[in-house]
Amino acid sequence: MADQDPLDNDEPLLVATSLSKSFGRIAACRHVSFSLYPGEVLAIVGESGSGKSTLLQLLSGQLAASAGHVSYRMRDGVARDLATLGEAERRFLFRTDWGFVHQDPAQGLRMAVSAGANVGERLMAVGWNHYGRIRDTASDWLTRVEIDTARIDDAPRTYSGGMRQRLQIARNLVTEPRLVFMDEPTGGLDVSVQARLLDLLRSLVAELHLAVIIVTHDLAVARLLSHRVMVMKGGRVIETGLTDQVLDDPREPYTQLLVSSILPP
Amino acid sequence: MNAPAYNFAYLDEQTKRMIRRAILKAIAIPGYQVPFASREMPMPYGWGTGGVQVTAAILGPQDVLKVIDQGSDDTTNAISIRKFFAKTAGVATTTATEEATVIQTRHRIPEAALNENQVLVYQVPIPEPLRFLEPRETETRRMHALAEYGLMHVKLYEDIARFGHIATAYAYPVKVNARYVMDPSPTPKFDNPKMDNCPALQLFGAGREKRIYAIPPYTQVVSLDFEDHPFEPYRFNAPCALCAAENSYLDEIVTDDEGGRMFVCSDTDYCEGRQAAGHHGSLSAAPYKEKAQEASNG
Repeated sequence: MADQDPLDNDEPLLVATSLSKSFGRIAACRHVSFSLYPGEVLAIVGESGSGKSTLLQLLSGQLAASAGHVSYRMRDGVARDLATLGEAERRFLFRTDWGFVHQDPAQGLRMAVSAGANVGERLMAVGWNHYGRIRDTASDWLTRVEIDTARIDDAPRTYSGGMRQRLQIARNLVTEPRLVFMDEPTGGLDVSVQARLLDLLRSLVAELHLAVIIVTHDLAVARLLSHRVMVMKGGRVIETGLTDQVLDDPREPYTQLLVSSILPP
Repeated sequence: MNAPAYNFAYLDEQTKRMIRRAILKAIAIPGYQVPFASREMPMPYGWGTGGVQVTAAILGPQDVLKVIDQGSDDTTNAISIRKFFAKTAGVATTTATEEATVIQTRHRIPEAALNENQVLVYQVPIPEPLRFLEPRETETRRMHALAEYGLMHVKLYEDIARFGHIATAYAYPVKVNARYVMDPSPTPKFDNPKMDNCPALQLFGAGREKRIYAIPPYTQVVSLDFEDHPFEPYRFNAPCALCAAENSYLDEIVTDDEGGRMFVCSDTDYCEGRQAAGHHGSLSAAPYKEKAQEASNG
């Protein structure tokens, strides 16, 4: 985007410092630290139970960390600790500056209300009060995620899985967030639909200069979308680096196993 | 058989105190739903158990009670509640809006302007305006607390997308005192403007849902809308067939199976008052009544 000053990107958007979370005796996340810069896509990979989703919830402020903290640079340029934000501020952040794409679109969408209202909800939540403008913006976004605008008044119940996921993305991006969390966005979709969705995501991320934290167990998704990869195992980050570096030249035995367990095409 | 000895207005004094405390809190925070320990009343839920408890708590021996159901003083619900308080509190009852000090209502606000000495008690089936959009009570409470009301507009958006206009005709959401979004109970949206800056105290009781809320006198009540689809009260485009009123809320009554229908005021007291004052609509029986009286006199 034209108004993005490169100097502006020198400071990280989100900084996690020694994040830990334990559920009783189970340590789901141990001492995770990293920085995320504007426009950067970070993939968190690892097998089930490695703490990926817990980490995502910690980062997005949905879970309180047992130790460590997350700071986020607000639109005014001031970095603030998420734990010190009030609930109202956090929820406001969630419907303006952040997006959250769930694996199951039913969790992120209102299945009973029309697609247009689904996309428009965030706009109405930030005070848009003009039906015509809300509808125009919604149909514009449906076009951008390749949904036929003739279906703007249909409920997502009537949509296919791929369309639902694209609608969920449109709903999240309509307020032009700077950071989007994605939890297995391609899970449960068939391969050709996955490919289209990834293609769409990649172009939107580049176009909108989005920072993305994407949790996935699918290394192909990580390779296609992300700039950097963090590999998790047993709640720890065991390896991190540029995507091609980690996936083509894995250092840790576990990462090597993960990479080698992809079926050859 | 001994007649049961009721406490004044049926409820015991401690219960009335509890309800009054909830009412005071509700008045202090206009539009906020105050939970209260709703009691079982000798009538089924949905028949006005919330309204009856509020009325019982505020009623004094000097009060004059009017009860209406859909604007009418003579439906089963209205009559049985009126009799209930005549029996258990011994208060005077009336059907005239002007004479009443406490008016319990279901689904209507009287046509006659209310004054500062009156209290309007609404019977509320579902107090939560966000209920059908967000099923979780924990979530709706949080949304009220943080004044997150975008979802309410989603409902109005859906109306316009589907019908081309805001098709919600009753229980039309309002914002009270520029803070809480409130369900005005299933009154027609025709009545919404009457709630705004009303001199009378308005109390809302939901018995099954155990909530009380209130609009204090002279409080701003705004119906939600869009800039390009403003709020419009709805009314059948016809005069009352009995009293020729042009500005009252009308009921549609089907009179035969060939499409015949008549429109009459839903507020029976208002309609009768106008007829007594000499206003006659197209289907008014008044001329015949007068002729019959003349005949019997002569």
